[in-house]
Amino acid sequence: MQIGIFTVGDVTTDPTTGRTPTEYERIKATVEIAKKAEEVGLDVFATGEHHNPPFIASNPTATLAYIGAQTENIILSTATTLITTTDPVLIAEDYAKIQHLTDGRVDLMMGRGNTGPVYPWFGKDIRQGINLAIENYALLRRLWTEDVVDWEGRFRTPLQGYTSTPRPLDGVAPFVWHGSIRSPEIAEQAAYYGDGYFHNHIFWPASHAAQMVNLYRERFEHYGHGRADQAIVGLGGQIFMNRSSQEAVRRFRPYFDNAPVYGHGPSLEEFTEHTPLTVGSPQQVLERTLSFREYAGHYQRQLFLVDHAGLPLKTVLEQLDLLGEILPEMRKGFAEGRPADIPDAPTHASLVAAAGGAKDGTVHAEDTMTGTTDRDAETEAVLVEGAEA
Amino acid sequence: MTQRIVVVSAGLSVPSSTKLLADKLGDAVERAVVARGREVDVQHVELRPLAHQLADHLLTGFATGELANALDLVKAADALVVVTPVFSASYSGLFKTFFDVLEPGALDGTPVVIAATAGTARHSLVLDHALRPLFAYLRAVVVPTGVFAASEDFGASDDGSLDKRVQRAAGELAVLLGGATAAAPAPARRSVADEFAAPTPFEQLLREAGGSSVR
Repeated sequence: MQIGIFTVGDVTTDPTTGRTPTEYERIKATVEIAKKAEEVGLDVFATGEHHNPPFIASNPTATLAYIGAQTENIILSTATTLITTTDPVLIAEDYAKIQHLTDGRVDLMMGRGNTGPVYPWFGKDIRQGINLAIENYALLRRLWTEDVVDWEGRFRTPLQGYTSTPRPLDGVAPFVWHGSIRSPEIAEQAAYYGDGYFHNHIFWPASHAAQMVNLYRERFEHYGHGRADQAIVGLGGQIFMNRSSQEAVRRFRPYFDNAPVYGHGPSLEEFTEHTPLTVGSPQQVLERTLSFREYAGHYQRQLFLVDHAGLPLKTVLEQLDLLGEILPEMRKGFAEGRPADIPDAPTHASLVAAAGGAKDGTVHAEDTMTGTTDRDAETEAVLVEGAEA
Repeated sequence: MTQRIVVVSAGLSVPSSTKLLADKLGDAVERAVVARGREVDVQHVELRPLAHQLADHLLTGFATGELANALDLVKAADALVVVTPVFSASYSGLFKTFFDVLEPGALDGTPVVIAATAGTARHSLVLDHALRPLFAYLRAVVVPTGVFAASEDFGASDDGSLDKRVQRAAGELAVLLGGATAAAPAPARRSVADEFAAPTPFEQLLREAGGSSVR
């Protein structure tokens, strides 16, 4: 079982002090949070991606590589990578590069993005969101698994004889999760490829997560990747802890009441009842988290949101300390009653082992031509035509 | 087969003339459908007690409790009667919010009676300049007769003109419900629930991604 945190990098005013961090402070805080996550023994740190204020979650690759350079063990992931508006050719390059830099400590979570204007800003149409996710990801897989790709599709310029570099580390592509709150097509996509499926499982009722996870599991088995209960499932979760549960509620309420997304809407109590948000003692968080299995089955990855709504860095680091304290109990709880044939989340090491060992994928360009290429021939033809005219 | 009729009313005061009109219409529709030899089940959805949950839905994007039940009722309805008070020359914000949070496609081809109440008959065109376009957008089939009731209509019994309009609208709705030979509706959009019950196979998603579909 992998346990970690994910962040969307919102720059939000602290409602208790009225202070808003600068982008610089928030970016640096994100790095501190990731390092702390490793320090307390968490397995995964995942971030962003947004391309508009009030977020600092653009360019997750630089952030992850920077964090990778300052950590040893934690798996670096995304929450999410915008497969709709980001060129899959760039995604293929960027994450293969991070694989090499971090010795395979990276995987990705694909998402479509819910900010309308981002699509036109990047030359896309939000009404094509599902189609973009499907076509772009199909291309991304080919770029990682095939050395030379000829490709033609609907949403980007065709590729002829294209080799994405660097090739994936040890000849094994990063593991991919697909995230979606309520689009069954995305659960279907994850199941088809035998990839992981992640439900953000915050802000929304658990029933949404349950129906998506169940569909993904069913279709995972349908496509022959294993039994339904062996599918690779990840869940989010949102927590705020204090040793006294009343104090947790008292301290979190102003952040809750003014939070982006759900602030000024339902009460903290209503939201805690309707969604997986848990505000209380470490023991309450432990129990609620372990109860997610009641509707999601035994799963592979649990990521918590701990740093949004203007919570100051100091508080977030305290939350991570508390999470670190209950981590052994949480691991023990997740292991309880877990059948031996339920797989763990794939890692670089397990994928390499499954592929029969590491293979260097380097593609060495060899010019076997005699000095004339297609391009030369075309250029020559144009010049000749020009001369004749 | 039992015809499921849902009457949505957005009156705010208790008692409310909007609810009064909604009850009249519900009864009239029941009689008209029964008169055509069909079984009928009329359910009322009042929006006033759902006001808080509707505001929450705007912010959170999901329905809870009674609101979730009400939305399910409306989605499953064979026909609707909708009644709003007139606020600032249009339907009320509460009324509009309910239809704003309804899943797209939920009313495709659904027969609807539109009705409104106001303090004065000078608002009567609200039916045609506000409600009719809204339900046209939602691809509902609005019956020709809209029912508008000003305060004075509830006291006027001269040849029962309000009752006549109510009965005419109810009759029109019953005809639409009985119209087994009506033109075949356009292919229904697949709802989210459809997709969970029978997911579109991935091979088809792949074909559509490269085609012209807007999914």
